[in-house]
Amino acid sequence: MKNKALTQPVEKPFKILKRIFSYATEEYKLRLILVVISIIISAGTNAIGISFTKVLIDDYIAPLVLQENPDFTNLARVIGMMAALYLTGALFTYIYNRTMVTVAQGILKDIRDEMFEHMETLPIRYFDSNATGDIMSHYTNDTDTLRQMISQSIPQTFSSSIMILSIFIAMFIINVPMTLFVLFMVGIMIFVIRFLGKRSGRYFFIQQSALGALNGYIEEMIEGQKVVKVFNHEEEAIIDFDELNEDLRENATKANTYANILMPIMGNIGNFTYLLTAVVGTIFSITGVTALTIGSIASFVQFTKSITMPVSQISQQFNAIVLSLAGAQRIFQLLDEKPEQDNGTIELVNMKKNEEGVIEEVDERTGHWAWKKTLDNEVNYIGLTGDVRFKEVTFGYNENKTVLHNINLFAKPGQKIAFVGATGAGKTTITNLINRFYDIQKGTITYDGIDIQDIKKSDLRKSLGIVLQDTHLFSGTIKENIRYGRLDATDEEVEEAAKLANADFFIRQLPKGYDTELSGDGGSLSQGQRQLLAIARAAVANPPVLILDEATSSIDTRTEAIVQSGMDALMEGRTVFVIAHRLSTIRNSDAIMVMDQGRIIERGDHDDLMNQKGEYYQLYTGAFEMS
Amino acid sequence: MYRTIVKSLRQYKKPSFLTMLFLALEVSMEIFIPFLMAKILDKGLLTKDIQYVLEIGSLMFVIACLSMLFGVLGGKFSSEAAVGFSANLRQDIYKNIQTFAFDNIDKYSASSLITRLTTDITNIQMAFQMILKTIIRAPFMIIFAFIMAGYTNLKLALNILIVIPILGFVLIALIYKVHPYFIEVFKKYDRLNRTVQENINGVRVVKSFVREEKEIEGFKNDSEDIKQLFMKAEKIIALNSPIMQIAIYSTLLVVYWVGAKQVVGGSMTTGELTSFITYMMQILSSLMMVSMIFVMIVISEASVERVAEVLNEQATLTNPKNAVTTIETGDIEFKNVQFKYNALSEEADLRDINLKIQSGETIGIIGGTGSGKSSLIQLIPRLYDVTEGEVYVSGRNVKEYDLVTLRDQIAMVLQKNTLFSGTISENLRWGDKNASDEEIKRVAKLAQADDFVQAFPEGYETQLDQGGTNVSGGQKQRLTIARALLKKPKILILDDSTSAVDTKTDAYIRRSFSEEIPNTTKIIVSQRISSIQDSDRIIVLNEGKIDGIGTHEELLENNEIYNEVYNSQVKGGTIIEE
Repeated sequence: MKNKALTQPVEKPFKILKRIFSYATEEYKLRLILVVISIIISAGTNAIGISFTKVLIDDYIAPLVLQENPDFTNLARVIGMMAALYLTGALFTYIYNRTMVTVAQGILKDIRDEMFEHMETLPIRYFDSNATGDIMSHYTNDTDTLRQMISQSIPQTFSSSIMILSIFIAMFIINVPMTLFVLFMVGIMIFVIRFLGKRSGRYFFIQQSALGALNGYIEEMIEGQKVVKVFNHEEEAIIDFDELNEDLRENATKANTYANILMPIMGNIGNFTYLLTAVVGTIFSITGVTALTIGSIASFVQFTKSITMPVSQISQQFNAIVLSLAGAQRIFQLLDEKPEQDNGTIELVNMKKNEEGVIEEVDERTGHWAWKKTLDNEVNYIGLTGDVRFKEVTFGYNENKTVLHNINLFAKPGQKIAFVGATGAGKTTITNLINRFYDIQKGTITYDGIDIQDIKKSDLRKSLGIVLQDTHLFSGTIKENIRYGRLDATDEEVEEAAKLANADFFIRQLPKGYDTELSGDGGSLSQGQRQLLAIARAAVANPPVLILDEATSSIDTRTEAIVQSGMDALMEGRTVFVIAHRLSTIRNSDAIMVMDQGRIIERGDHDDLMNQKGEYYQLYTGAFEMS
Repeated sequence: MYRTIVKSLRQYKKPSFLTMLFLALEVSMEIFIPFLMAKILDKGLLTKDIQYVLEIGSLMFVIACLSMLFGVLGGKFSSEAAVGFSANLRQDIYKNIQTFAFDNIDKYSASSLITRLTTDITNIQMAFQMILKTIIRAPFMIIFAFIMAGYTNLKLALNILIVIPILGFVLIALIYKVHPYFIEVFKKYDRLNRTVQENINGVRVVKSFVREEKEIEGFKNDSEDIKQLFMKAEKIIALNSPIMQIAIYSTLLVVYWVGAKQVVGGSMTTGELTSFITYMMQILSSLMMVSMIFVMIVISEASVERVAEVLNEQATLTNPKNAVTTIETGDIEFKNVQFKYNALSEEADLRDINLKIQSGETIGIIGGTGSGKSSLIQLIPRLYDVTEGEVYVSGRNVKEYDLVTLRDQIAMVLQKNTLFSGTISENLRWGDKNASDEEIKRVAKLAQADDFVQAFPEGYETQLDQGGTNVSGGQKQRLTIARALLKKPKILILDDSTSAVDTKTDAYIRRSFSEEIPNTTKIIVSQRISSIQDSDRIIVLNEGKIDGIGTHEELLENNEIYNEVYNSQVKGGTIIEE
C-alpha cells in the first residue's frame, strides 16, 4: 500500500504544470511579471557581456594597437558603459532572486495551507483507507520536491533558456555559418542528454520506490521497537533492513551516477565545441570562407563555453522536474479528494425559556440548547432533549459487506444506553453513525425527531461528546488539552473537569502540574491517565449527549467508580451511550443492547437481562459452559 | 560530531578517495585547454598556419577526452561513495537502535528516529556528495587557474587576488546571518509535521469536537512562520549571486582595462587576453562553488547533529560477560527492589518489593492506574534495570543471564502491542521462526485465536496490514498472546493483554493455560477481577508498593483495596456466588 503512490507515473504533466502556475498567477501576477522581466534583463546583460569581448578586441583594442599615441578615452567610456550594464544585470538578478523567494514561499504556503484545510474536511473514510505515513509524505517529501521545482527548477530552466536564446541571437549577428556549426554541436548535446536522461529517469523512479519500501519498513519497525526487543528479533529486523537498504543503495547509485556523469560529459562536449570552433573558425578565416576577425573567433569561443552551462543546467533540472511533477500530482490528488457532504441546515443554539416557556435564542452559554430550523424565513426552535432513535438502520463500510442489520433502538432523553458484545459486533459502528462519521445506507436516525441528515454536521457533533478508547492527545500543555473540549473554558472550569474525571490528583503530582507539556500523543502518561484526560476534555465541553466508547478500559475499576459518579452527576438528565467490555461499568444503564454480528440480540435493563438467562447472563456471570 | 559520522564511511573510503583523485586529474586536464586555445588563436590564426592549428588542436582533443574520462570516473565514484556512505550511515543508526534498551527507546519518539533515518540521511548524502565533488576540485581549479593565469600574465593575475578576500568575507557574513534562520525553520517544520500527524491520527477527536477551524488556524500560523523564516533566510541568500556577479564583472572590467593597455603596449597578445579571461572565469566560478558548499554544510549541519546523537547513544543495558545461557526453572524472586524510570525523580515508581514466585504458579496482579504493575513485571525479563535491590530468576540474578536467553524464556505480552505487516503465520513465527504449521495452530488454539483465523478466507496466510489494523482489538490481543506462547517460555507475562477480549474468551484462554502449560509460571496483570480471581496468588499493588498478597478469598477478607475493586466490579458479588 505504501509505495504504490510513489511509482505512479505522471499523467498529463502539462496540466499539472498549469495548475501549479495557476497558484502563481492568481496572487502573484505582478510579481511574476517582474520576475520574468528581471530574468530576461539579467540573462540579456549576461549575453551582451560575453559578446563584449569581441567588441572590445575588434573595435577598441585593435585600432589602438595601430596608433602611435593611443587615446584611451573611448576605451574608458565603453568600459564605463559595460560597468553600468553589468551593474544593471546584477541588480536585476537580485530583484529576480528576491521576488522569487516571495513568490515561491507564498505558493508553497498556499498549497500547504490548502492541503491541510482540505484534509480537515475529508471524511473519516479517507483516513481509514490511507496510511498515516502516506498522508504525511504529502506534507514532507512531496512538498519538498515541489519547493525544489518552484524555487529552483522552473526559474533556472527559464533563465537558462533565455540565456541560450540571447546567446544565439548574439551569435547570429556576428556570424551565421559559425552559428549553424554551434547549433549542430548543441544538437549533439541534446542527444546525449536525452540518451542519459532516459536511463537516469528510469533509475530515479526505481530509487524512489526502493526508498518508499525502506522508509515504510523503518517506520513499522521503529514503531514496534519494544516488541522487537521482547522477541529478540533484532537480528531478523537487521537482515530485512539490510536487504532493503542494499536495494536502495544499488538503485540510487545507478540513478546518481547517470546524473553525475552528465556534467563532465556536457562540459567536455563543450570543450570539443570550443576546440572545433577554434579550428573551424581558424580554417574559415584562413581560407576566407567567411570574414572572421580574431575578435569574432574569441567571442565565439566564449559563446560556446557559455552555452554549455545553461544547456547542462536544463538537463540537470529535467529529472528534478519529473520527480516534482510526480509529487505535485500526489498533492493535487489529495486536494481533489471529495470533502464530507453536508446538506444539513438546522443549527444548534444556546437558549433559555422566557416566563411563558417559549424558547429564546441567546448568545451566552446557558447549559440549554435548541435546534434552530429556518424555513422560508420562518424560524422554529425545537428544544434539545437528547432523544435519539434508530429506525431500521442498515450499514456497511463498503457496499458488499453489511456490518449492521436492521437496527432499531431509541434513547429517551436522560437515559443511559449501553452496548455490549464481542469485538466486531458493531458497537462502535453504531456510535459512529450518530455523529455521522459514516452515512447509513438504509433507514433513518433521528435526533429530537429531526433526521440527523438535516442537521448541520458541525452542530450535530457539537451536541455530542465522545470519548474514545484510543485517546488522542495533542502536543501542548495538559491545560490546553483539556480546554480542547471548550476553548473558552476558564482555568477553574478546566480544573473542575479534571477533578470530575479524577485526573486532578495525578496532574498535580506532575512537576509543572497543569502546565506540563505533553509530547508525542501524551506518550509520557500511562494509558489510564490519558483516558482520564480525555474524559476531562469531554467533561469541560459539557455536551447534551455523551458517547463513551470503552472510555474507561485502561482505568482501574476503583478510579473508574469515582469517575463514574462524577460523570453521572454531570450527565444527569442527558443521554449517554456507553460501550464497555467491563460489565460493571454499564450495570446501572436504563437499557442494555447485547449485540452480535451486527444485530441486537437482547435488550432490556440489567435485571431483565439477568432474568432472561441469555447471552448477557452468561457474559455477566461467566457461568457459560466450558465446552 | 563529524568524526562520529565519518566512521560510517568504511568500504567507501576508497571510492571517496578515487573521486577526489579523478576530479583533481580532471581539473589538471581542463586547465590546459584555455592555454592551448590561446596558442591556436595567436600562432595559428595570425600566421595562418593550419598545420600548427591542427597539431595543437589534436593535443587539445586528447586532453579533452582525458578530462571527460576522468570526469565520468569521478562522477561514478562520487555517487558510489555518497550513496554508499548514506546506506552505511542508515545501517549504523538502525543497528544502534536495535541495541537500545527500553530506556533509550523511551527517550526518543518514534517519529524523530524515523526522520533521522530518512530526511536527515538524505540531507547528509547530498551534502557529502557536493563536498566530495568540490573539496579537491575547486581549490585545485583555483590554484591551477591562478598559476596558468600568472604564467600568462603575472601582473594582471595579481589583480584577481584582491577580489578573493572580499568575496570570502561576504560569504562568511552571509552564512553567519543565515544559519540561525535555518536552525529555527527546521524546528518549525518538526512542529508543523507533528500537527499534521496528530490531526491524521486524532481525526475523530478533531471532528467530534468540531475543532477543524482551530486546527487550521494553528497550522496556518506555523505555516506562516515557516514562510517568513524561509523568506528571511532566502532573501539573504538571494544576495549571494548578485554579489558574486558584481565581483566577477568588476574583476573582468579591471582585466579588460589593464589587459587592453598591455595589449596596446605590446606586452600581451589578444589570445593571451582571451585565455586569461577564461582562467579568471574558472577561478570565480570555483569560488562560487565553494560558496554553495558552505551553504550546503550549514543546511546539513542540523541533520548531522541529529544523526550523531543517535549514533552516540549508548544502550543502557548490556549483556554481561560470561553470561548464563540456560534457565532451569520459572522461579522468580524480588529482593528489596526499588525502581525509578527517571534517576532524577524523587519518588520511586516501585518501593520495597519483596516477592517469591514458584515455578508453575499463576500470579494475578491488580492495582490502580499508575500503581506500578507494568513497572514490576518489566523488571523480570530485564527490560529495565532495578535502581536498587535484585531480581532473581531460577535462583540467579537476572543481570547474570544472556539477554536473548532471558527474553526467550520469559515471554512478555506488552500492553501496547504491535503486529507487523505480513501474514498471520509470519507474525506468529516471531515467537519461533522454525515452528511447524501444527505448532502454530496449537498456540493459536491455546490463545483462542484459531477459530477466527480459520474463519478468514485465507486462514493463517491472511495478510495483516501495518500495525495489524485489519483485525479487531480483541483479535490482535489473542494473536500477540499466541505469538508469545510459541516461545515455549518458562515464564509467561501478560500485561493487561486481554482487555479487549470478552470475559468468556478470556476464561477459555486461562483454562487452556492451566491445562496445557501447567509448568510455566504465569503472571497476569489485569484491571478485571474475573481475569485474576482464580490465580494461585494475587498481588495488590498500590502507589508502587505491595499492598497485599493472597488468594482471592484471603484478599477479600483482609485487603481493603481488593475489596473496593471487587465491589466496584461485582457489586456485592451476589451474582457471582450463584
